[in-house]
Amino acid sequence: MTTAPVAEAPAVPMTAKRRGAQLIMLAFAIVVVMGAYASVGLGIDGQIPSGTFTYGLGLAVLMFAAYGVLAKWAPWADPLLLPLVTLLNGIGLVFIYRIEQTGQAGASATNQLMWTALGVVMFSATLIVLKDHRTLQRLTYTMGALGLLLLIMPLLPVIGEDVNGANIWIKIGPLTYQPAEMAKMALVIFFAGYLVAKRDVLALAGRRLFFIDLPRVRDLGPVLITWGLSLGVLVLQKDLGSSLLVFGTFIAMLYIATQRTSWVLIGVLLFVGGAVLAGQLFGHVQDRFEVWLDPGNPEFYSRELGGSEQLMQGLFAMGSGGILGTGLGQGFPREIPLSFSDFIIAVVGEELGLTGLMAILMVYALIVERGLRTALAARDPFTKLLAGGLSFLLAWQVFIIVGGVTRLIPLTGLVTPFLSAGGSALLTNWILIALLVRMSDAARRPPPQAIQNEGLTQVFTR
Amino acid sequence: MSELALLLIRLAFLAVLWFFVIAAVGVIRTDLFGPRTAPSANPRKLPTKPAKNIPAKPKRGEPRQMVVTGGPLQGTIINLTEQPITIGRATDSTLVLSDDYASSRHAQLFPQDGQWIVEDLGSTNGTYLDRSKVTRPTPVPLGTPIRIGKTVIELRK
Repeated sequence: MTTAPVAEAPAVPMTAKRRGAQLIMLAFAIVVVMGAYASVGLGIDGQIPSGTFTYGLGLAVLMFAAYGVLAKWAPWADPLLLPLVTLLNGIGLVFIYRIEQTGQAGASATNQLMWTALGVVMFSATLIVLKDHRTLQRLTYTMGALGLLLLIMPLLPVIGEDVNGANIWIKIGPLTYQPAEMAKMALVIFFAGYLVAKRDVLALAGRRLFFIDLPRVRDLGPVLITWGLSLGVLVLQKDLGSSLLVFGTFIAMLYIATQRTSWVLIGVLLFVGGAVLAGQLFGHVQDRFEVWLDPGNPEFYSRELGGSEQLMQGLFAMGSGGILGTGLGQGFPREIPLSFSDFIIAVVGEELGLTGLMAILMVYALIVERGLRTALAARDPFTKLLAGGLSFLLAWQVFIIVGGVTRLIPLTGLVTPFLSAGGSALLTNWILIALLVRMSDAARRPPPQAIQNEGLTQVFTR
Repeated sequence: MSELALLLIRLAFLAVLWFFVIAAVGVIRTDLFGPRTAPSANPRKLPTKPAKNIPAKPKRGEPRQMVVTGGPLQGTIINLTEQPITIGRATDSTLVLSDDYASSRHAQLFPQDGQWIVEDLGSTNGTYLDRSKVTRPTPVPLGTPIRIGKTVIELRK
């Protein structure tokens, strides 16, 4: 039998693992972070702080451990995700350390480093346990129920905890946790699984009115339910950020699944309508709008809860930073209440200026780009929707908080992913990145080669 | 620490931060601009320009052209050379299909011992030679339709 040695490799560029590039970028990110530490010390008291090497080394050990896990369990994963996240997490650590130096209560770089370590552990655990992300598709409705449960948890009598007027914490013993962070991800998984099953009817049924395709009225069900849910979060938990985040992500995923502009229009109209109505009916939502529209008003500025002092101080800080910033360690982050969590972007804007803030936003944009690229390269609709949804969740969260701090939209209490102090968010975001890494590994792995050399198969006869 | 030194440190740090961003973009530049090598990375233009390097005159009975006889790209002609032809939705395929039923790397055609062989590259919806599904590399007779999604192609002299 003639052998059929076959065709030379097709002339298409295969994706490469790019391990070398990943390692170099990872080392680069850690060097940047250590440079930032040193720069903070030089800015504050003219000497390199003793923490530079301990923190830097701690971060390096953690991240190279994460790299090891990634190289073993997801070798084809995207080479940029881990270095980019490392940079953000490291810069966050530096800024929290810097704010801690000013003596603001609540900022603790050691705590944040500990949470980072836990985050890396969760990242590794997710990669090791979750061999194939498509198992999540089977858990669609479980995830939906879990997401709902996590969302309403803070409202439960014993474990719920009211902090600064928002009902978003649970307290178990000494530990406090924001379950909404995890709920967001569970809901994205649920939306992805649900939309894969239902997207055809949502995309095709309906009729054309003027220039947009309107869906049928009875297909509005899921949108209305999610809308009600997000309004419930807004009203009962006074958490405008999570509400906007969940609803916006759902609308974006609906758009990804159906390519129908009318869903986006319907979503925007519903949310604006709901928010305006809530603003009329509930005081705390109204406060947010007032502060947003007129932060300079002395009456709002000096208000005890939900006043505009924080917003104004953030704007002042970014203003004094200007284009090039005041330099690390030379700003006045102490003036901004909660500068280490919600307002860390304002501190970045003050000390690194517009130039540095843009660089940080570019890093976010690159992470999102890698996620969307994963969605494009993915082979099945569930992966496409999940990767697209998670990337959008990250982008949308950055938009909401940065937009709030810069007074583009009403301020909402959301953390800046990876930068802000806060364990719940950090853990969740590391798991989110692990999911993206898992999916990019699946998407970039070359498809199994068809067996071509049957001619070489030897048949033994007895 | 003097003012000047602090200023220089500040500018240097911003420069390093941006250098990091640019380096990151450099890692993924292939996404944005395509691979640096392989100037023929855009084989879509092949149908319009005549292949200059037809090696030797093909022997009698050997196909010289691949013609698209059905589907949106009907009428496209690709001259056969010694190079394999890839078909699919991927932009670097020789024949780029915009068809929901085609996979990104759907099938390829390659010459071997004077024959052209069609091979399905693990596509979702399959490749059909005449009426039968292609499960292994199969020689393509002249004038036999190969169906990929909505597209039909055949080899001609």
